[in-house]
Amino acid sequence: MRKTVLATVVGASLIAMSGSTYAQSITDNEVRIGVLTDLSAIYSDIEGPGAVTAAKMAVKDFGGKVLGKKITVLSADTQSKADLSGSKARELFEKDKADMLIGNVSTASALAAMEVADQKGKITIVTGAASLPITNEKCTATNIHYVYDTYALSRGTGKAVVDTGKKDWFFVTADYAFGHTLERDTSEVVVANGGKVVGGVKHPIKTQDFSSFMAQAQASGAQVIGLANAGGDTIGSVKQAAELGIMGSKQTVVPLLMFISDVQALGLKQTSGMSFTVGWYWDYNEANRKFAKRFMKEFKGKAPTSVQAGVYSATMQYLKAIEATKTDDAAAVMKHLRSVEIDDGLFKGKIRADGKFEHDMYLLQVKSPKESKNKNDVAKVVKVIAAKDATLPISESKCKLVQK
Amino acid sequence: MFELLGITPQALGAQLLIGLINGSFYALLSLGLAVIFGLLNVINFTHGAQYMLGAMFTWIGLTQLGYWLDIEDGLEVGYFVMLFVAPLLVGLLSIGMEKTMLKRLYHLDHLYGLLLTFGCALVIEGMFRHWYGVLGDSYPVPELLDGGLRVSGLYLPYYRLWVLAVALLMCFLTWYVIERTKLGSLLRAGTENPKLLQSFGVNVPLIVTLTYGAGCALAAFAGVLAAPIYQVTAIMGSNLIIVVFAVVVIGGMGSIAGSIITGLGLGVIEGLTKVFYPEASSVSIFVIMVLVLLLKPAGLFGKVR
Repeated sequence: MRKTVLATVVGASLIAMSGSTYAQSITDNEVRIGVLTDLSAIYSDIEGPGAVTAAKMAVKDFGGKVLGKKITVLSADTQSKADLSGSKARELFEKDKADMLIGNVSTASALAAMEVADQKGKITIVTGAASLPITNEKCTATNIHYVYDTYALSRGTGKAVVDTGKKDWFFVTADYAFGHTLERDTSEVVVANGGKVVGGVKHPIKTQDFSSFMAQAQASGAQVIGLANAGGDTIGSVKQAAELGIMGSKQTVVPLLMFISDVQALGLKQTSGMSFTVGWYWDYNEANRKFAKRFMKEFKGKAPTSVQAGVYSATMQYLKAIEATKTDDAAAVMKHLRSVEIDDGLFKGKIRADGKFEHDMYLLQVKSPKESKNKNDVAKVVKVIAAKDATLPISESKCKLVQK
Repeated sequence: MFELLGITPQALGAQLLIGLINGSFYALLSLGLAVIFGLLNVINFTHGAQYMLGAMFTWIGLTQLGYWLDIEDGLEVGYFVMLFVAPLLVGLLSIGMEKTMLKRLYHLDHLYGLLLTFGCALVIEGMFRHWYGVLGDSYPVPELLDGGLRVSGLYLPYYRLWVLAVALLMCFLTWYVIERTKLGSLLRAGTENPKLLQSFGVNVPLIVTLTYGAGCALAAFAGVLAAPIYQVTAIMGSNLIIVVFAVVVIGGMGSIAGSIITGLGLGVIEGLTKVFYPEASSVSIFVIMVLVLLLKPAGLFGKVR
């Protein structure tokens, strides 16, 4: 009897002790941040090596340690391929013991990584990928969508163009999840504002030659040629549209997703006057400029894209959440991240139950070559789109986490 | 009939022309590959990188030279000069590579040459990707060739017509030199029986080296032509090389005329696919390659070795 009581007491105290040490623990005594991004292919200038730099900057600014444990930044290359993303995500989690994945540019890659993370109960922060389903139909409990999405783009760029009276649209769409979603969301805006979608063509991602597709767009005679693609595809489309004499004709080419890296690659002559929507712009306010200058010193004199700034900000928030909850347990960290008001000088807003970070978006206009003072000075903010206008209302969300 | 197809005859004509122009790129590039394989038995995977170097040198000549050499008003080497200079530079660089590395592998299986050239391609592309990123830079269409022809509601850029003309001319010249001149006959003899040719006093290794240089120069030439149309990026070669290899396989490795005809034909077929089923346009050439390999493994014009 006494032995049983002794055993029970010892057992109970062991359980109690293990409970409290678990709540204070960092798994493996190290916090490992996995930057899963496109390091070498089509979207690498949007996120890529710059995102790794941004994450490292955040870790350094945070002090290099959280709760007395070392922080390590790992990285892996998805080349914007979904199958590679899934296997690299698995490798980062299983072999390298990463605690969270950040980056995930290219929707197909992001969805693949999110699925792996969901199975393992680990956090993913999507900064580069765009499609709405990331926090909508395909939402997961451990995912955050930080910088922008196709809904925001359509309400920003799409609405701005339709409001200028250009109502007939022809879409040149990248034939995968992102392109389809962007086309769908923008079509909704066009039709809701009295416009019409007169036609469209779908092209494989990473297409080299757009002359055939742009010729079809030209033949349609539509007022607006909406480019539902990104990165190298957008650049190819704009370049070949210029070559076919579409720029400066009665038709307008509207890239529905563009980053300052794309504008720099195309040059201001070809892009001046174009409107595009971003989640953050380096030249918008003093805090952004300060961060941008520090980033430029670390990254070949290039100003950070909105996605790279998002990686910095999200990494900081993640580390702060670990500090506040005293653990790197995914559920606890997610709960904290969803509860705080984020205002770090770069982004201001709140993360919702579906994982969407609700914050203001900015409508930019590309400057003319005369207006631009240096190679990073490519655009000016012409409109701030309030957070609630740029985000799908949670009542309309198809995410299973917020379904009644 | 055209209403059924959903496209006007003019639009179809424009698409066919675009297909033909893309085909001429494929022809030019596959020609270089066919020459190198047919005469040297080397599978030159560096071809894509050499194409990219041609475009890169053209862009550098226009925009970067003044900055590098610290010249006040900048130094601009124009497009037409680069049409000659870039292939020459790339030819010399590839001869350097051949003399130091490739030469040692001639007596071995094809695969070693393939691995070496593939590795070189990765290194070259990696270097340029590190220096210039992936999105690359824009190269303007030379003023002389700017503008286009407006034909019943369609716009045919002069530059593309120029590319078509020059590419076809180059293909014809290459074919003529190889099949109809004394130099060409020496080359062909050198492939069939190098030892016999050498015993006649012909410097066979020199011919081999120069041929390799010429094949790579052809790739660079295509790169110069491509610079104003496609974005000049570090990965432009790798995007194209796989398609070009498919073209060479379909045409038959080693047949000069075959690669030209196949290149043009496949460009047209790809162009038509882009009109009627665009989602499959990047796959169409490989589907044809599979069919050809199943039915005629030596390629449409190839000779069984």
